[in-house]
This record gives sequence, structure tokens and C-alpha cells, in this order.
Amino acid sequence: MQNGHEPRKHTIAVLVENKFGVLSRVAGLFSARGYNIESLSVGETLDATVSRMTLVVRGDEFVIEQVTKQLHKLIDVIKVTDLTDDSHVERELVLVRVNAEPQLRAEILRTADIFRAKVVDVTPASFTLEATGDEGKVDAFIELLRPMGIQELVRTGRVAIARGPKTRLRKPDPPKRPRPSDDPRVVGFAD
Amino acid sequence: MRMSGARMVLECLKREGVDVVFGLPGGAVLPIYDALYDFEGLRHILVRQEAAAGHAAEGYARATGRVGVCLVTSGPAATNLVTALQDALMDSIPIVAFTGQVPTHLIGNDAFQEADNVGITRPCTKHNFLVKDGKDIGPIIREAFHIAATGRPGPVHVDLPKDILVKEADLVWPEHVHMRSYNPNYDGHPGQIKRAARLLTRARKPVLYVGGGVISADADRELRELAELTQIPVTTTLMGLGAFPSEHPLSLEMLGMHGTYYANMAVHHSDVLVAVGARFDDRVTGRVDAFAPHAEIVHIDIDPSSISKNIKVDVPIVGDCGRVLRALLAAVREELETEPAAAAREARGQWLAQIAEWKAKFPLRYDWDDDVVKPQYVIQEISNLTRGEAHIVTGVGQHQMWAAQYYKFKHPRAWFTSGGLGTMGYGLPAAMGVQAARPGRLVINIDGDGSFAMNSQELATCFTENLPVKTVIINNSGHGMVRQWQRIIYKERFFAIDLPGVPDWVRLAEAYGCVGLRVTRPSELVPAIEKMLSTPAPVVLDVCVDKDECVFPMVPAGGANTDMILEPPTRALKDKAAKSQTGF
Repeated sequence: MQNGHEPRKHTIAVLVENKFGVLSRVAGLFSARGYNIESLSVGETLDATVSRMTLVVRGDEFVIEQVTKQLHKLIDVIKVTDLTDDSHVERELVLVRVNAEPQLRAEILRTADIFRAKVVDVTPASFTLEATGDEGKVDAFIELLRPMGIQELVRTGRVAIARGPKTRLRKPDPPKRPRPSDDPRVVGFAD
Repeated sequence: MRMSGARMVLECLKREGVDVVFGLPGGAVLPIYDALYDFEGLRHILVRQEAAAGHAAEGYARATGRVGVCLVTSGPAATNLVTALQDALMDSIPIVAFTGQVPTHLIGNDAFQEADNVGITRPCTKHNFLVKDGKDIGPIIREAFHIAATGRPGPVHVDLPKDILVKEADLVWPEHVHMRSYNPNYDGHPGQIKRAARLLTRARKPVLYVGGGVISADADRELRELAELTQIPVTTTLMGLGAFPSEHPLSLEMLGMHGTYYANMAVHHSDVLVAVGARFDDRVTGRVDAFAPHAEIVHIDIDPSSISKNIKVDVPIVGDCGRVLRALLAAVREELETEPAAAAREARGQWLAQIAEWKAKFPLRYDWDDDVVKPQYVIQEISNLTRGEAHIVTGVGQHQMWAAQYYKFKHPRAWFTSGGLGTMGYGLPAAMGVQAARPGRLVINIDGDGSFAMNSQELATCFTENLPVKTVIINNSGHGMVRQWQRIIYKERFFAIDLPGVPDWVRLAEAYGCVGLRVTRPSELVPAIEKMLSTPAPVVLDVCVDKDECVFPMVPAGGANTDMILEPPTRALKDKAAKSQTGF
């Protein structure tokens, strides 16, 4: 391909039916076609029947076009949006448990403060810190803590959301109705 | 209406208009077989191995344009079915496959004949379902048929746990299927259609490259109208054979690895290539960077992911081939009035003359032999004696390519072959499906001795279910296509290819209650075919052919389509082929 030759990271938001097996359909697609997922996170949306996945995938434009099309081809996928080139906000969350030797306790708290991290657990021997930010910030935070002795750390995948429109307001959802016992698509019982 | 899940499955099939089910019973689906005992209006055809049920459903679907249905039990039956599902996926054949499953409370317990059916079939179906509640049976079957038949057709699998089949529930039957996540696009983009019309009416060396999508969409009439109106030559893929009459003056016949010289040359030199319902498979393109290097490419396909997957496309049109071709015809009629189109028409005459020259220079040919039957001759005689009107089914291998090259197709939905997956053993069971769909019509399974052996047990089904399929074995005592590759590319280091002498196909056919015939000399061939055609029972005609014959033209894998080998290899050709070897 002439343009978009360079592989780069793309952040792709995927709305899917909240049904069992959907995650394996998406994961299976990537392994079957030889694409790499760098991270994947899933959660329910406002509508409990819909889940949202945020995928981070590396590839040139040709690969990303195929990834998008193949995702869309999955029957349970409702919508695929590549957020990469649109204005959007991305965040990751990290939980880190570091050694808390007496002479370093103040330094750790100062670092946490700079990164607006929270202390979520303290013991005589450790601090557990929680920080959020984009990938670069989380990387930098971890690098600063590394010399203190990281006991364990866990990162979520990336989540991302498009920046809001400047003027238009979205109508708030009506309050949740109790779900009808039957599928709304069902017109009536046969016979 | 309250009924058992098993009965509900049958009721739903009937409401979907299913008349034939290919199946094989077993523990987990016994409730359905019990319900079949006194259920009216469904013909059940008992196969001898589950993959055959799948291939038969494929044959049925391809012959009728309706969804084919098969029904097998859990575990090993489901895993046997996998090959047919992948086959249907790659060739876009609409089937719905039902498998039994252990009762829901045993799922995951490594129960007897348990396998993770939906886990196994997930990558080889268009979609699959595990039914977890009796009231979901109706809506799921409705969605399954909808998904299989619409958009790019394909296989859908429904897994039915035994307790769901036994328990009673209310039948829920949605009148309409609405899925917010699945809405295929049928109408092509009008702007793109206009661009395509302009391109192809102004082209000086255009070619239409047509695949199985035209047959799935029943768009052969529109295709022919477009070709004749614009005088654009047509080449078809293996799956597209029958979409355009082979003997039409504008026909270039098949392109690709074993395509005709003139089809590959025309595509290579084209300035506009219009792909309709085809997917630029590697067996068609050869080396992609050398495929149609001078052409602007228009691609009409129902599946957006097929577009610009292998080859960068200039004018993509996502939509149903029939609807897009109709819109394109209208746009072309307008364009033809313009001046540039009139100028191009002049140049078009030279292009057709060039093609005629290529046709005259390297037609499909083989050497005649008075003593040994040439396999191409067998196909030619079948084609002559059936006047191109038979339903032709094949296995996979050399015989398949010869059938594709030498049978003169007149109609769509009369050619059944495993194109994408290349499943040996596809022929006989698929032929049963075609015969069940078209009783009273002539169905010929052209098979190889290696390929036929993979599902020859289905002769029993042909006999007991009164499916008078005619099988012609192009018997070269071995895996001929592998022998051909070992001969041309692996320096004649022949290995694991000989299938000498056994079984005796005539006696095997007779053992299954069928009629067996044998031909060893060219002079015996025509009478034997005539005898086969006039026999009402299933027949196996074993034709012993020249085992050294190779399929030509041939483009070695990874080679460019202009690097065709046109005749048996001389030393120089062998060296050339060996250099472009990139694997099978």
C-alpha cells in the first residue's frame, strides 16, 4: 500500500451484544487471522445488553482496515469505531505494591503525589498505589517506582472515549423500564 | 403451543420450509429421532458418516439456493462434521447444522461423547448457537436460517443439549427476524456504480472476472446481459463455472492456477478488471504483485471484508451481485451514449481479436493415445453425451481440474465442487444432496480414486435411499495431483502417492448394491458411459486412465499467472518451475 505503510497502534472501540462467547469470537478472530492484540478490556455499557470492548492493535492501515472489517463481520458485533485519528481520551489504571522501607516511605508518597496516585493499602513493609493515566504516564510512574522494589503490579488494558461535541447535548436516557419477560421481537406465540 | 424441544426443532424446520434432512442418529439427539418417528413432511436421509451429512446439505443448498440442513449427535459426530462446516464457510454455502450435546448439567464434565461443540465450530461457521432454554429454540432456529441465507451465505451451527430436547416448552416463533448487529448491505453505492460504468465502457481491454457469488445471487442473466451489451469477455473462477456458458464466444473459461492460457493472458493484459462475486483467491491470482498489473480494478461483493483483502481495489462496490449488476446495466446504457465510450468500442474490437489469437495459439489440449484412456477424453465424452446438461459434482484433485476445464457448462447451479477448502471425498456425499434436491435429474460425480475412497461408504446411502448418483472414477492408481507436483516441482522424488489396484471398484460398487462398470481402453469409453446413463440405479464407472497425465496449463504456487507451464515439462521447464517453488 502506498500510504499508511508504517505500523502503529490503533485504539478501536467495539460495541458487542452482551452474550456468552462474544469475547472468544473476538479473540479467536485475532488468533485465526494472525493479528496481535496489545490489550483488550471489556465492560457493560449503559444498556446492559451491550458490552463495549476497547482493543489496542498494532498494524499498518491495510491491516487495520481488515481488522475493522473482520470485526464487523462477526454477527454479534454492533459497531466498530477506530478512535485513533479522532479526538479522544485514553486511560489505563495500574495497581502497584512497592517495598516501603522506612527511609523511602516519604519518597514513594511524593512520587505518588506527583502522579496523583492514591495509596489504597499500607503495611509496615509495603504501599499499594493506584494510578490512572495514558500509557506514557503509567509507564513513567512504574519506572520511578522500580528502584524502590516493586513487589507486584497489575495494569488494566486501555479504555478510550471520544471527546464530546462542543454544542450538542445528548438527551438523557429515560429511566430504566423493567424488562419485558419475553423478547420484544416476538410478535406473539404461535397457535 | 407446548411441546418437547425435540418436536419443536422439527416444527421449526418445517416452518422454515425444510423438506430434507441429512443425518445420523446417536445418544444426544435421540429425542429428535424419536420425534421424527411420527412426524410428517420431513424426509430424513441416513448417511454413513457425519461429514457426508454436511457435504450432502451443501450439495442440496447449492442445487436449490435454499438452506441445506444436517443433523448429527454430540462429540465425535460434531467433530466429524467440522470439515463440512469449514468447506461451506470457504465456499459460502448456506447450511444449518444441528448437533446434539450432553445435558446442560453435564456440560463441562467430560461426559460421554462430550466435546465443546460451539467452541470447536466457532472459527469454521458464520455463526453458532448453544441453546440453553427451550423457549429459545424457535428464535434461534429463525436467526440461524436468516444468517445462513442472507448476506454472504455460510454455515450456521446450532448445538442442542439433550435435556432441552426432552423438556416441554412453549413454541416461540418470531414472524420477522430483526438483528441490530447484522444488517447486510444489498444495494451498491450509486456513485461507485457510476464510476464503474464509466470505467468499463471506456476501457480498451476490459475483462469480467466472475466467481461463485454470481451463482449464489442468481445473477447469471444480468451478467450475460452486461457482457453482451458491452462485449466484455468473461472468465470465471472454479466456483463461478456455470455462471456464464463455457461455449459463449465471449467466454474465456476458467482462470488461475489451472485456468486457460487465454484467460490468464487476458487478465494480465487487461486495463479494467471487473470482479463480480469473487475473492481474489491465491489459486486465482498467483503472485499478487504480478496479477493484472495494468488494470484498474472494480470489485463487486456482498462481503466488505473480501474487498482489498488480497488485492488493492480501485472501485469497491459492496452489495448483492444481482442488484448491483442491474444498477450497473442501467448506468452502462447511459454511458454507452457518450463519445468516449464510442471511441473505446473501436479499440474493443482489437482486444477481442487479440483474445481470439491467444485462443487459437494455446487452446486446451492433450495428446491422444489409442491404447491408454486420457482423462481429459473421459470428461469430453461425458460433456458431449450429456450435452452439458448434467449436474456435475467432483472430488478434489486432477480429475476436478480436468472436469472444470473440459466440461462445457451451460447453466448455473449445475456444478458442485469443493473450491476453497479442497476437501477430498466431497464428491459422492455432495452428489447425494444434489440428487435429493433434484430427483429424476442426472447427477454425475466425477471423482478420483484417491478422493472417492474418502467417502465411498456413502454408496450404501445411495443404494438404500434411492439416490441414483452416477460416479465416474478417473482412476490413475494414485494421488495424481500430488504425483504431478512431485514430478514437476519435487524433481520426481515420488513418495506416498501410489494406490495400486485395491479396492476393485466394480466389486465394491456391487457389494453396496450398486452397478459397477470398468473401462480400460479408449474404444470402450462411449458405450460404457451410455450404459451408465441408461441405468436407473446408482453406478460406479471405473475408468483406468493414463497415470502419468498432468493438468496443464499450470501456474506453480507463488508464480505469476504469465509463468504458465503449458505442456509436459522438458528439462528447462522443470528448472524454471523448481525455482518458483514456494510450497503446496
